[in-house]
Amino acid sequence: MEILQQLLGALPGSVSQGLIWGIMAIGVYITYCILDVADLTVDGSFATGGAVAVVLILNGCNLWLAMVAAFAAGLLAGAVTGFLHTLMGIPPILAGILTQLSLYSINLKIMGKANQSINVNKTDLLISLRWVKEFAMHNPLITVGIVLAVLIGILYWFFGTEMGSAIRATGINQNMSRAQGINTNFNKVLGIMVSNGLVAFSGAFLAQYQGFADVKMGQGAIVIGLAAVIIGEALFGKIFKNFALRLLSVALGSIIYYIVIQAVITMGLDANLLKLLSAAIVAIFLAVPYWKRQYAQSHIRIAKEVKENA
Amino acid sequence: MLDIVNVQKTFNPGTINEKKALNGINLHLDEGDFVTVIGGNGAGKSTMLNMIAGVYPVDCGSIVIDGVDVTKLPEYKRAKYLGRVFQDPMTGTAADMQIEENLALAARRGKRRTLRVGITKKERKEYKELLKILGLGLEERLTAKVGLLSGGQRQALTLLMATLKKPKLLLLDEHTAALDPKTAQKVLDITEEVVAKDNLMTIMITHNMADAIRVGNRLIMMHEGRVVVDVKGEEKKNLTIEQLLQLFEASSGSQFTSDKVMLSK
Repeated sequence: MEILQQLLGALPGSVSQGLIWGIMAIGVYITYCILDVADLTVDGSFATGGAVAVVLILNGCNLWLAMVAAFAAGLLAGAVTGFLHTLMGIPPILAGILTQLSLYSINLKIMGKANQSINVNKTDLLISLRWVKEFAMHNPLITVGIVLAVLIGILYWFFGTEMGSAIRATGINQNMSRAQGINTNFNKVLGIMVSNGLVAFSGAFLAQYQGFADVKMGQGAIVIGLAAVIIGEALFGKIFKNFALRLLSVALGSIIYYIVIQAVITMGLDANLLKLLSAAIVAIFLAVPYWKRQYAQSHIRIAKEVKENA
Repeated sequence: MLDIVNVQKTFNPGTINEKKALNGINLHLDEGDFVTVIGGNGAGKSTMLNMIAGVYPVDCGSIVIDGVDVTKLPEYKRAKYLGRVFQDPMTGTAADMQIEENLALAARRGKRRTLRVGITKKERKEYKELLKILGLGLEERLTAKVGLLSGGQRQALTLLMATLKKPKLLLLDEHTAALDPKTAQKVLDITEEVVAKDNLMTIMITHNMADAIRVGNRLIMMHEGRVVVDVKGEEKKNLTIEQLLQLFEASSGSQFTSDKVMLSK
């Protein structure tokens, strides 16, 4: 009973975190599901977003302008990965790792140190974990919720345009895309840029929420993003067919991920084991479809052999 | 008009896998020519189409389509002039997109893709009418994912996509080879229809000699990366398969060997 109460008390916080990381997970969805590229830049660009926003806000920049700047920094990081892949022929996973590594140095340079705190008592912020139970605009649940809804709307529109359709086609079939006059390299770069823009934007929210930016804040972000995508797909994949609803299911997947994490911590799991647990869950969920196929194939084979021997 | 002048292509040069695919090939097509291409394994048929489409760069030589030298243009830019259908039905369409979305992508071939809506209401109506002509019932399934269609339906759709924006040149790379005989015939019928409608300049690779003789106004045979037989008009119409094989032997100095071609005779 006590655990349940604790959990309920922590719920607004978990949902807030889930919403913030949901934006990041939608970024991962764009590369992993739409472009069919596993982009590891995100571990770096998430922290870049946080760093850019915090430093700008500390220097008196308008809050929303700082968010836009974080988004732009993410676009830039994505462009670097995109060019490493398309212009220099580096496999996308390695290209992402190279950018991620270089971003570590860049993030240190942006902040001037490994960790930059931003005190909500001294500086005005868009959101803070301090306000999760207040009924006000600066409650992260409300602000991030609205922003997430707007972002899903914009992405739904964008991927329905000529440009967005070309990105989707590039992810599905590059031969066909080029035969239809689509510049597949350009679209890959564009897709990776948009993805990292969202990831950095999400990082900028998280830095304000937790009151600091840290060079390591994006460590393992790709795994959390993938977990959210997979949970969303597993739970809502059958009922949500529309593109906007699919994006929503990714965000819901992220929220559920954070509620589950909160639950296992409340039940007494060593918090140091969290990343191991997350990685194991993602690995299993990625393996399930593969095992299903293998199982189906072996049954077809056995059925054939039985028929031949009969 | 299409002019292929002295195009050469060697794959894996300087290695033990070195393969001379095109050996200084020359080919001129006039407006409205419908050429069928046959040849043995490794004769360079597909390589020739891929060179025209810009899948790989040429070693030397030039390719000119309708007065535009496309030799150095990347594949996606040449697409402006070309309609293409591939042997594998999976290659020509985006499986995870709807029928109408695939058509909308094809309708924008050669145009800048902007932030305008990807498919308009007016287009949907047009596509419905166009799909009716195929006679496959696809007009009732505009929003179905292409991945749900059969191989024949996908090839017919790819053909429609390739000709939706009238191409200067239509490239068909054994586009009926992966289909069962009945479906192959249907797709070939549709091919003749769409080519005739716009009088399209077309190159069609086939392994079926009877088709190669019956369809189109010109027939070429390839051997070791060159054109060795080239017959047109009346002469082509009256050809028999035996005469064709004799022509091949006389000009190439070797027996015509292709299991696929011989088996489908």
